Amino acid sequence: MTNQFNDLKNADVILVMGANPAENHPISMRWIMAAKEKRNAKLIVVDPRFTRTAAKADLYVPIRSGSDIAFLGGLIKYIIDNNLFFKEYLVNYTDAPFLVDPAFKLPDELDGVFSGYDENKRSYDKSTWKYQLDEKGVPKKDYTLSDPHCVFQLLKRHYSRYTLDTVAYITGAPKDKIEEAYRIIASTGKPDRTCTVCYAMGWTQHTVGTQNVRAFSIVQLLLGNIGMAGGGINALRGESNVQGATDAGILYHILPGYNPVPTAQDTNLNTYIQKYTPVTKEPKSLNWLSNRPKYIVSYLKALYGENAKKENDFCYDYLPKIESGQDYSFITMFDNMYKGKIKGFFAWGQNPACSVANSNKVRKALAKLDWLVVVNLWDNETSSFWRGPGMDPKKVKTEVFFLPCCASFEKEGSITNSGRIAQWRYKALNPPGLAMPDADIINELYFRIKKLYEKEGGAFPEPILKLTWDYGEKDASGKVKHVDTHLVAKEINGYFTEDVPVHPVDKKSYKKGQQLPSFAFMLDDGRSACGNWIYSGSYTDSINMMARRGKEDPTGLGLFLNWAWAWPVNRRILYNRASVDPKGNPYDPERPVIKWDPVNRRWIGDVPDGPQPPLAEEGGKLPFIMKPLGVGTVFGTGLADGPFPTHYEPLECPFVENPLYKKHRINPTVKIFKDVPEDRFVVCDTRYPYICTTYRVTEHWQTGVMTRHMDWLRELQPQIFVEIGRELAKEKGIKSGDKVIVSSPRGRIWAIAIVTDRFRPLKVAGQTIHQVGLPWHFGWRFPEDGSGGDSANLLTPTVGDPNTMIPETKVFTVNVEKA
Amino acid sequence: MARVGLLLRPDLCIGCRACQVACKQWNGLPAEKTRNTGTHENPPDLSANLFNRIKFIEISDNGHGIRWLFVSQRCMHCGEPACVEVCPVKAITRTEDGIVLYDREKCIACHACKEACPFRIPRYDQGGKGKIAKCHFCFERIRAGLTPACAKTCPTDAIKFGKRDELILYSKKLGYPVIYGEKELGGLGVIFALREDPKVYRLAENPQMPAHVAFWSTLLKLTLGKRGSKLLRYFV
Repeated sequence: MTNQFNDLKNADVILVMGANPAENHPISMRWIMAAKEKRNAKLIVVDPRFTRTAAKADLYVPIRSGSDIAFLGGLIKYIIDNNLFFKEYLVNYTDAPFLVDPAFKLPDELDGVFSGYDENKRSYDKSTWKYQLDEKGVPKKDYTLSDPHCVFQLLKRHYSRYTLDTVAYITGAPKDKIEEAYRIIASTGKPDRTCTVCYAMGWTQHTVGTQNVRAFSIVQLLLGNIGMAGGGINALRGESNVQGATDAGILYHILPGYNPVPTAQDTNLNTYIQKYTPVTKEPKSLNWLSNRPKYIVSYLKALYGENAKKENDFCYDYLPKIESGQDYSFITMFDNMYKGKIKGFFAWGQNPACSVANSNKVRKALAKLDWLVVVNLWDNETSSFWRGPGMDPKKVKTEVFFLPCCASFEKEGSITNSGRIAQWRYKALNPPGLAMPDADIINELYFRIKKLYEKEGGAFPEPILKLTWDYGEKDASGKVKHVDTHLVAKEINGYFTEDVPVHPVDKKSYKKGQQLPSFAFMLDDGRSACGNWIYSGSYTDSINMMARRGKEDPTGLGLFLNWAWAWPVNRRILYNRASVDPKGNPYDPERPVIKWDPVNRRWIGDVPDGPQPPLAEEGGKLPFIMKPLGVGTVFGTGLADGPFPTHYEPLECPFVENPLYKKHRINPTVKIFKDVPEDRFVVCDTRYPYICTTYRVTEHWQTGVMTRHMDWLRELQPQIFVEIGRELAKEKGIKSGDKVIVSSPRGRIWAIAIVTDRFRPLKVAGQTIHQVGLPWHFGWRFPEDGSGGDSANLLTPTVGDPNTMIPETKVFTVNVEKA
Repeated sequence: MARVGLLLRPDLCIGCRACQVACKQWNGLPAEKTRNTGTHENPPDLSANLFNRIKFIEISDNGHGIRWLFVSQRCMHCGEPACVEVCPVKAITRTEDGIVLYDREKCIACHACKEACPFRIPRYDQGGKGKIAKCHFCFERIRAGLTPACAKTCPTDAIKFGKRDELILYSKKLGYPVIYGEKELGGLGVIFALREDPKVYRLAENPQMPAHVAFWSTLLKLTLGKRGSKLLRYFV
């Protein structure tokens, strides 16, 4: 989230697309309903299915799953054609005026791909995806936005095909509703009106997932809604602490704080720093990531302490390296596991036998392992996979270890919500039986592994043996007895490793062991250590900032700066310097996020994105400080599949070709899995004529491991169901409450039919399209009598977004028959 | 003592049913073994183990319009409660602040209260054959200065607890044209702020104690006194 859950109350227009907050983020609806009631805000829901959120909407637009970019592309065209964009913002704070290399070509000119496409590699050479530079190395600009090579004109050309008729043809949405949605959203291209968006997996779990989000980011830049109260791009994250987990580097390609994981080519620290520290020639750009050397060196100091010295590259060699261009994502990992390339696996706080796309493949892959460790609250479909449906326990050689762990209420620590607020929470009760906090399980593992390395040596023992591990009182053997989460939190915040007599930032002196006041105080010479730079400032010398509970809200916007702590540096609304004009006056004086005080020469309100004066002043800086050029990027050169979002069909769809670009039906950079029999997919196949999507409901969480065991929740949603439109049900002779079989090329499950008008057939590309939907909360393991059903992911395909490899579980094709 | 009230605003309700769960948790009520019968609504009916439930009402016209309403079903805590009126053993009483309470020790399982109830709310334990159970407004919580469990948990303030008069005033200030329960049956303790006809939400129009129950109740009381009341169950 750029903004906060409670900031939704400040919006004039709330677009919910690819999300279902009423069911999956019920508390957020408090703020949405408040915006509706107090600001007369309009709630627009665009969804294949009429959800509990849609039930609260002022406007509901049904759409074919997987056609979001067509809808959003049409919106971009509508805003440009009707001159509804916020020009001052666009010209000053985005790359819209920047001139692009004339050799860059749009899909219109190249049959559906951008310039640089290599069909064999299914990837792009991005050498033409760049700005034209002047003699100083700064992008050339046309502030009138009329040069045919400027980003704005390219954008306009790219979306010129996305007419209302075309959008209706592709999405199946009624034209009048599309236009009404466009009109309402585009009404916020004024300084005093804002639109926000709530999205979740409904946008991301597609082969164009990243581009779905990008498309609306472009809309928000056009309308000047980024940085504003009631604006921004807001991912409603699906787990209470998934933001914290991502911040902590849980993904394969990032270290804590979003520092890249080094590749095998990054042979030493200097190479790493050179490669990943952006430089800029734009004099008004703060280019915050030029601080990367401080962050990576301090991270290494946190890992290796005294062992990390300038002479040994601060133990940079100890960091694991990945092969450049190799994909270590989840679905690829299971593909490799299936092929016998992976011997052991920790399923920690997860249930991949139900949660991962193409679960039949996953379950078979688990049987190829030598060992599997499952850390969870309950035995589940993963830990018991060997005795699941279709498995012969005698033939499974995988040795399974089950380690019971604590629930959140049974341990102390922080969680970070979608709005980046790290909030400390306390232990309420002791865990049952042998269950332990995750940190203590890791601690036990660490000391056992360390002991083995000490005893047996091994190929590369140093990265383990030389780790710092000062997380609590030690026993006689030197082992930490129990992990004290406060000590972990303090290391994450960072501390000085040596006395700093005169700190270059504030000229004050700091003692060895003192906590870092914030990341601004980090040094690249080894005198500071920090586990995660973005959390620096969360646990200072005097206070655990995350445990604060101040309820002051002087602005009335709900910033609550004294409540817990948000990264970075307690900033509540990201890019807030874009909420003021170049002189520092709020674009919306009624909802000022920050405001420049020219007398005292400081910002008032939220923690600004950098303390520097506003753009027009001496020393003023551009607002998008994380971007090397200081502006929001409409032209997104960082992505694998193109600088502008482009409509491609999902992997499985009822159409033989893409109505917009005949030659490329699907995203041309998608990796196609086809080595194993479970990787089946079909296109326009009459055996699987209906579009299926998957989702969650209020009453259950994820694969249901935590909620299926809760009787009061199982009472509310006891069984897997499939929601089917009345017309399709009639065609198939299915009545509400009937048991039906839903099948895809990869599997079949039974489900109880809910026949409803909340799914309506859509007219898409001249055909009548039926959509159905399944929740993925259920599994064979519990309830024990099998009455709940099994996972919807038994039907979903192994295919992912080319940028993130998030699987396309929101759209695939199925058949539905009466059981 | 000012009369307490619960203000229900279906236009804010998101059907999350946290109120159903919170009620069960506070009252220590066990879950039922249910099955999906082709609707999200579950359990299918109020019971001795379910004091409030959300009804999911799907309304579609033949065009493209569709609505999905979420409406709470529970004891309305009537100002003139028919159940109190007909209970032969005074197991049901109305407190000074307007809560319709019951005493399971006194209840003789005659079930006259359900027959008399204009909303047919009371349910009975032992598989429907035993003694009364229903929403009691979280009486103990209110006495301890807390809000009822359902109101406490509601994420959107679709259930609001307070003084009944103030809640009515508040909903009028918010511009709700229909305050269901303001006048009905001596004024209900549970009031619905609506923007449409109550029948859209499947709320009983002009709720009344069934005429035959009223007739027999009055007749028996007048003719036989206290003994007559006890005989009511044989007539309704």
